[in-house]
Amino acid sequence: MTESLFFFFASLTLLCAVMVVVSKNPVYSVIFLILTFFSISAHYILLNAQFLAAVNIIVYAGAIMVLFLFVLMFINTGKNVESTLKKNVLAKIAGTVAGGLLFTIVVAALKDVTLGHPDPATFNSQVGMVENLGKVLFTKYMLPFQLVAVLFLVSMVGAVMIGKREAGEQNF
Amino acid sequence: MDSVLLIYKGIYILAIFGISLLIATYSTYFERKIAAFIQDRVGPNRAGPMGLLQPLADAGKLFFKEEFIPAKANKTLFILGPGIAMLVAAMSSAVIPFGDTLIIGETSFDLIAIDVNIGILYIFGVVSLGVYGLMIGGWASNNKFSLLGAIRAASQNISYELAMGLSLIAVLMLSGSLSLKVIAEQQAGFNWNIWYQPLGFLIFLICAFAETNRTPFDLPESEAELIGGYHTEYSSMKLGMYLFAEYINIFVVSAVMATLYFGAYNFPFMENLRNAFDDPVLGNNVVTIIGVAVMFAKIFAFIFFFMWVRWTLPRFRYDQLMKLGWNILIPLSILNILLTGGGILLYEYFTK
Repeated sequence: MTESLFFFFASLTLLCAVMVVVSKNPVYSVIFLILTFFSISAHYILLNAQFLAAVNIIVYAGAIMVLFLFVLMFINTGKNVESTLKKNVLAKIAGTVAGGLLFTIVVAALKDVTLGHPDPATFNSQVGMVENLGKVLFTKYMLPFQLVAVLFLVSMVGAVMIGKREAGEQNF
Repeated sequence: MDSVLLIYKGIYILAIFGISLLIATYSTYFERKIAAFIQDRVGPNRAGPMGLLQPLADAGKLFFKEEFIPAKANKTLFILGPGIAMLVAAMSSAVIPFGDTLIIGETSFDLIAIDVNIGILYIFGVVSLGVYGLMIGGWASNNKFSLLGAIRAASQNISYELAMGLSLIAVLMLSGSLSLKVIAEQQAGFNWNIWYQPLGFLIFLICAFAETNRTPFDLPESEAELIGGYHTEYSSMKLGMYLFAEYINIFVVSAVMATLYFGAYNFPFMENLRNAFDDPVLGNNVVTIIGVAVMFAKIFAFIFFFMWVRWTLPRFRYDQLMKLGWNILIPLSILNILLTGGGILLYEYFTK
């Protein structure tokens, strides 16, 4: 049951991810990206990490993708970009080379990877639950957790500084 | 899980789905009746006794209206929009505990569809998806006013989700659990969270109004400036589904507020009532059934409050809306978190 579900969601994830790239309409791309996040959340649930699944949906599907869609709605769907890209042979060659290089790197990196095999006798299946995740974050990974919080604060202050209206600036 | 429990869960989920649809249907009737009462009119009174069949007549009318799709609209997304709105609205009531356990024979039945340990996060995630229905529908209509409505809906939802999440954190600090069932159980008797979280409840209430696009936050569909906002181009049952989704959202948000702050199915002196019966099973079942009634009474009180506000307060201006969200509610909810944390520390210092 779990295995067939895994393969179903894995193929769904890959299909949606491919459709993000292939879709001509950027709005469709965003919708497929949302579906990709959903199927990734399904993987988290299969791994018994419900908190991660919910947070993935709230943060990515619920907030970031709304902003993506928000911006895309202001842009008149890019037909002009499409046509200039199609005619440019140089862009195609550059794209092929870059994509090939990336593929080579991925193959080289994953070639020697061995999958981790947790010992079934000592493995705790509740490791992904909220309580355990919280305990680990606030004990073992305390410093990185705090640093990430500071990083977010800095980026928030930066966003406010960029968006702030200076005194005397034209108000439109 | 044995088959009896599986069948029970299936029936229960269907029942909850049916109840939320029924309540949404009759919310339209009561909205018009309450509006009429506030404005000193009679309200719908033609279809059936006291106009009680009015929602059915409305639904029949919507089904027979012409199905219209604008010429340059994106057809797929135009149809998908109301579908997403409806689907997301109907999904969210799954984790709400409408009552305690019923004991029949040897087995005990939980009156909750799915008890996950991330209950409130599930609702939060599903509610945050609700805006896609509005955005996609508004964009696909290929109409400036629809697009404006969609954009307003998106920015409003994102702004108020932050304050909503922050006000929620204070409740979670008190309860120590994300499961709505556990949060409900902790408020047994009259030990409701509202006594500890009055400020948090106020913030949550305001954000709930904004998330469901109700007056005074109904800028996405403000008929005076945007015609109808995101549903300007919609007709027939597609329009009906948007309106329906809004009423289901009101029902769900009311249920969440009743669960988080007003003790869910708990009522004062419930332990005394439970102990008054000689048979513990009978006592438990009586208390549970009264608890379900109490839960729905609380939900209806909140739905009435939503309608009362709609016909009493005028709409915000857009800059006022943004200022309230970012400059007032978010700092207030952070203050609420600090106060709650300080309160918990003081309590532990003096009691241990």
